[in-house]
Amino acid sequence: MTSLFGDLLDGLALGAVYALVALGFVVVFKASGVINFAQGSLLLFGGYLTAVLHDDLGFAGALAAAVLATALLAGALDRLLFGRGDPDPRTAHVQTIVTIGVDILLLTDLSRRIGGDLLSLGDPWGDSVARIGSVTVADSRLAAIAVSAVAIGAVFALFRYSGWGLSLRAAAEDQEAAALMGVRLGRVRTLAWCLAGALAALAAVFLAAFPAPGLERTTGQIAFKAFPAAILGGMTSPPGALAGSLLIGLTEALVAAHQAELHVLGEGFGDVVPYAVMVLVLLVRPTGLFGAKGAARV
Amino acid sequence: MSDRRIPFDRLRLKPAGTVALALLLCLPPFYLDAFWLRIGLFSLAAAIGAVGLSLLAGTAGQLSLGHAFFLAVGAYGYTALAGEPGPGLPPALAVVLAVLLAGAAGGLFSPVAARVRGIYLGVATLALVFLGHHLLLTADSVTGGFNGRSVPPLTLGGFAFAEDGRELVVLGVPFGAEERLWYLGLALFGITCFTARGLLRSRPGRALAALRDSETAAAVMGVDVARHRSAAFVVSSMYAGLAGVLLALAFRRVVPDYFSLALSVDYLAMIVIGGLGSVAGATAGAVFVTALPLLMTRYADQLPLVATPGSGDGAVGPTEAARYLYGAAIVLILLYAPDGLHGLARRVRGRLPGRHSPGSPSREPAGPPPSPSSPAARPKEHTP
Repeated sequence: MTSLFGDLLDGLALGAVYALVALGFVVVFKASGVINFAQGSLLLFGGYLTAVLHDDLGFAGALAAAVLATALLAGALDRLLFGRGDPDPRTAHVQTIVTIGVDILLLTDLSRRIGGDLLSLGDPWGDSVARIGSVTVADSRLAAIAVSAVAIGAVFALFRYSGWGLSLRAAAEDQEAAALMGVRLGRVRTLAWCLAGALAALAAVFLAAFPAPGLERTTGQIAFKAFPAAILGGMTSPPGALAGSLLIGLTEALVAAHQAELHVLGEGFGDVVPYAVMVLVLLVRPTGLFGAKGAARV
Repeated sequence: MSDRRIPFDRLRLKPAGTVALALLLCLPPFYLDAFWLRIGLFSLAAAIGAVGLSLLAGTAGQLSLGHAFFLAVGAYGYTALAGEPGPGLPPALAVVLAVLLAGAAGGLFSPVAARVRGIYLGVATLALVFLGHHLLLTADSVTGGFNGRSVPPLTLGGFAFAEDGRELVVLGVPFGAEERLWYLGLALFGITCFTARGLLRSRPGRALAALRDSETAAAVMGVDVARHRSAAFVVSSMYAGLAGVLLALAFRRVVPDYFSLALSVDYLAMIVIGGLGSVAGATAGAVFVTALPLLMTRYADQLPLVATPGSGDGAVGPTEAARYLYGAAIVLILLYAPDGLHGLARRVRGRLPGRHSPGSPSREPAGPPPSPSSPAARPKEHTP
């Protein structure tokens, strides 16, 4: 039996996981103006590593290793593809398309390895549920909310208090000025990629945990749903991405729960409702809910 | 300013060359078997779609990942309008209406397409692919749902572009569906090239190029930014619709899963590999991306490192090998030759002696950096 409270919790959990991915988009975008289309395959890479390693290392060890490895892979991709030089706004569009190429490569390889299998990540929650009042919630959902809250809090603290966060904000504001003030743009960017990779690997765990059947090759596609979340937030604003993710997650959970009443829209509309929300918001505000209106100087 | 040619299509052919090329393209049905003709047919269809996308991305500087959706509108539009159940219109009329339908779908999206810029439009158009796929699965009275529906053959004045029981032999070669469709594809591709080049050289084409190079400057010169952006989107959707019709005729069955995000990415790969903003480049890219997996499947047993399909898990099958290759092609081309095959061809030709005869217009673009065609290489809007 579903109830509003249960649906809201589901939505919150979903939104929290989207927020992990969406924050990854936002940090990379802030640091370099590149929209990272390879985020989905990075997510799949992290999930795959966790699935492969958890027999040997245990879940926590496997997750730690996967997060680290995905962060390193993302950082290496950045170094390898975009060089050590300072990011150049003129090439951001080209680099965005390069990330699509990287996504094709990574995704092809991972799909080939995963094949038609459903991989278990060996997470400790299994299919156990908790009861809150009259509502039953999957433990994995509660864990998703808790872990995401901690991770997102940590990222926000990093933005606010660390030297890297300051550099990132400065670089996003004005690259030239930041560079002249001694910000090493290349390093800021590489660290942003690492952070995005780590967040993606973390998100993979919760996307593959109960009630999802496990990690499959299409799990990476879910990262695309974080695009609407990041776009709603205006792409440059971390709090905006968080708000957008929660909005998307809640909408998706509520639509999925009220499938029966919404049958005109067809079965599985919940899966595509994030995109519908994005189109509706872009119609009203082309720069997103929290996006700054760009000013162009000639 | 008035008669300076805009350097879009530097592979421009002289009329004699065009005629020779057209005649050459009429020959394959007499020499090649159905397998090669099918590859050619899919390539022609892809080329039509890629030219449309190239107009949008290369000329207007707008990125679209929604091309699969417009292909689907064209393919399903034709099938639903000409087939049973449906109004059962004459197929030729259905083709025209399907293309218009794709244009209308693009027009409906234009409130977003006109205001969202460059790469953001790419993300916004992701929505079209996913929503469109959902629609194809849901509206099964029109689309046939998950299993799709079969495509009625195109007939034009009693002549069917399919096997119709009557034997047709031309110069001793029996003309089956592939041979007939080849000429249809060729004609449609010819129309596409002709109109696209006309458009690029026309007033709106120049306005779009100005828009890509600097939105502000173009607006100051009197270009209606929103109107031109949405018009570019509509035109590109119409080409996609036409490509969709041709694909539907070639496949003889349309299924929703074909029109996925991967297809949109394929089209993006085509124009990137070919070089943004040129008709010839888009065509070359389309042939590369379309023919590669088909050829690798056919010759899988002779290629090193490639397993034949279905030979167990974990082996690199031909489809995967093709995807590796073109994923790598995108990355390498963008990093080392950002203007694609088209740019490579131009550079090679530039090194050949005797290319700069007085008759040929200067090949060098007028502006400072030879950056023209990518939305990518848009100069920073900034005063020095």
